[in-house]
Amino acid sequence: MSHVAPHTEPIIRLSKRDTMPAWKGILVRILGILLGVALSSLFIVLVTDLNPIEVFTSLFDGCFGTPRRIWNLFQNTAILLCISLAVTPAYKMKFWNIGAEGQVLMGAAATAACMIYFGNTINQWLLIPIMIIASLFAGMVWGMIPAFFKAYFNTNETLFTLMMNYVATQIVAFLITYWENPKGSNSVGVINAATKAGWFPYLFGKQYLINIIVVVLLTVIMYIYLKYSKHGYEISVVGESENTARYIGINVKKVILRTMALSGALCGIAGLLLVAGSGHTVSTSTAGGRGFTAILVSWLAKFNPAVMTLTSFLIVFFERGAAQIATAFRMNESLADIITGIILFFIIGSEFFLNYKVNFRHKHKEVA
Amino acid sequence: MKKTLKILALVLSLCMVIGCFAACDNTADDETLTDGNVVSDGNVVSDGNVVSDGNVATEGNVSDGNATAGDAADDVALDYSDIKVGFIFLHAPTDSTYDKNFMNAVEEVQANLGLSDDQVIVMSDIAESEACYEAAMDLVDQGCNIVFGDSFGHEDYLIQAALECQDVQFCHATGDSALAEDIPNFHNAFAHIYEGRYVAGIVAGMKLNEMIENGEFTAEEAKMGYVGAFPYAEVISGYTSFYLGAKSVCPSVTMEVRYTNSWFDIDAERTSAIALIESGCKLISQHADSEGAPKACEEYGIPNVAYNVNTINMGPTTALISSKINWAPYMTYMIDCVVKGEAIDTDWCGGFNTGSVELTELNTAVAAEGTQEAIDAAIEAFKNGELHVYDTATFTYNGEALADDFQADVVPDAAYTADTDVVVDGYFAESTFRSAPYFSIIIDGITAVVEG
Repeated sequence: MSHVAPHTEPIIRLSKRDTMPAWKGILVRILGILLGVALSSLFIVLVTDLNPIEVFTSLFDGCFGTPRRIWNLFQNTAILLCISLAVTPAYKMKFWNIGAEGQVLMGAAATAACMIYFGNTINQWLLIPIMIIASLFAGMVWGMIPAFFKAYFNTNETLFTLMMNYVATQIVAFLITYWENPKGSNSVGVINAATKAGWFPYLFGKQYLINIIVVVLLTVIMYIYLKYSKHGYEISVVGESENTARYIGINVKKVILRTMALSGALCGIAGLLLVAGSGHTVSTSTAGGRGFTAILVSWLAKFNPAVMTLTSFLIVFFERGAAQIATAFRMNESLADIITGIILFFIIGSEFFLNYKVNFRHKHKEVA
Repeated sequence: MKKTLKILALVLSLCMVIGCFAACDNTADDETLTDGNVVSDGNVVSDGNVVSDGNVATEGNVSDGNATAGDAADDVALDYSDIKVGFIFLHAPTDSTYDKNFMNAVEEVQANLGLSDDQVIVMSDIAESEACYEAAMDLVDQGCNIVFGDSFGHEDYLIQAALECQDVQFCHATGDSALAEDIPNFHNAFAHIYEGRYVAGIVAGMKLNEMIENGEFTAEEAKMGYVGAFPYAEVISGYTSFYLGAKSVCPSVTMEVRYTNSWFDIDAERTSAIALIESGCKLISQHADSEGAPKACEEYGIPNVAYNVNTINMGPTTALISSKINWAPYMTYMIDCVVKGEAIDTDWCGGFNTGSVELTELNTAVAAEGTQEAIDAAIEAFKNGELHVYDTATFTYNGEALADDFQADVVPDAAYTADTDVVVDGYFAESTFRSAPYFSIIIDGITAVVEG
């Protein structure tokens, strides 16, 4: 921009926007979603011959159609939210942890290992605490390894955490060769199906309620931790500027290690919930890409745990609804992915226009 | 703005919690409803070790499927219009040839029986986790009388659903637990696909013979390559039958197996095929679900025998033939049983006779002369029960013929205990005591490389 001749203003120029009133922000977001819906409707009509109203009805039907679907919606939201909570402190510290997938898998594997090896020998009330500790520890170790190298050798944490995902996947694949039944099938099956050892109890007869309650509690705790604790403050300072942090006497290495330990441990908890609270099995796809989706959830919510309940809900809502669209109209899952993609694009787009103003040459017209 | 957002988020979290409890109540109502339903005990299938069999003549432990079904007809007969079938697929049929093969059968059956689109629900991309249980229960909620799962790992979750919904029939392809679990409304199904692979092996063997005659390589160099998914009975049984088919016409043949450790991995299947070709394999076959191997073969000009789909368009100058399971006969059978109020067999295994095992079109541009005649003769022999794939006179294991008291792991258990005498009248009786394959030894002449 600075190379442009002094007298000609560029045709389009972006400038940072000042804060705008909250109602306006929400309005822009709603408008963004509506535009996304409109564009995907257009797409549906042009490409598939389907009635877009029916398609969107089935989107809602897939999420709220039956009590079971509502439970599934909340269960999936809870798991995604849990992983998003886990990656948030790291991101706030500007530590690009894209290794949540692997940390969740390690937590899941540790939980499964406890269920398989101690399921028949240890009392249920001792087994569950052991599982909790094991999953916390496994996730924590997996998070702290890249943190250690970052803190002491300044390695690139993005690549490091990414590669740790592959290592975790291979470890799980390796463990499955011991746990699979029958041999070579790559399927562990339901662990302790007969004894239900290590399964989380069904609260009020509801399988997923305990997962949801755990995540709601974690959300509150994480909110308080980031917002009001000394640790939370240190994380923000390290994220803004490591030099400033050093200057005011924060031990940056310690903060990096501590925060990644927390991040990894929470991912481990997500693994625990996935194995003991819902799936009762483990496979290389147990995390199912949620470790990456969680990054989106966390960023969209600007690292605010309370807002993350909203963003994770939104993402799962589209995911579940989209699957129903694919089933109801016997379409490829791709149609659902395209719709979700368009709407997410508009949501992210409205964030952009909330932060930046577009200025055209001469006239100052706002596009929002 | 921050505050408003916070309040909004709080309200939503509250909604979430309240929603949970609201959902709680509703489901409770639902459950009482299900409990109230009368469970038909009539559906209990005769006794333990019986596998119905459309293929082999009735003998010993093998019984004819239709006979068992007749005596348990307590249910009121239904009409085809009362039927609703839900299908659970592991992957999308557009991506995976394995699921595509099931989808083709679904479409065929739907057209044949005149079922409307509302009566056939297909859920794809359902993982082998609680997602499968939830999908099955969702199908039950939608009013399905039959729920069908297509992947081995779906089994435990279908059983879980079957125990909860005793008035719905759960049918599971490729599973191995129905006989042992003995749940009246849970059923396994498979096909004698090893017979199809044996025939495909004959095609391969004849091609090798042709190449030997043409002086392309010596009889001793006749080595085939096989890209397998997992070192698992279904795969081992499959490649052994393919190998024995080839060996029946080309006695000097050997085979090298490489595993991809995935059911669907285009790159791994491609690189495994290339690795096999580079280690001297003259012909490639595979048991995995992508187009990786057939396309690699076309590039290298190496003949290929495929599985489940016709690959002639992928390899016009190298594709020979494919063996495939046609699931339409079983799907028709399970729907008919429910319509007639008869019990579905606990464990069903179709063969050439039921139309469950097929060979796709032979690529005459590649195959050796006289191949079609050999195929027809072999199929005829299987139909008459004259030919047995794992004839103990035709192969050795650790240098010796298989003993008459050889046992295999038929009843699933964690320790893989060999529990059943499987050698009957001088042959290893595959898919006889259970539809899912249990031939899991690596015989002489085959080298298996385990990777990963």
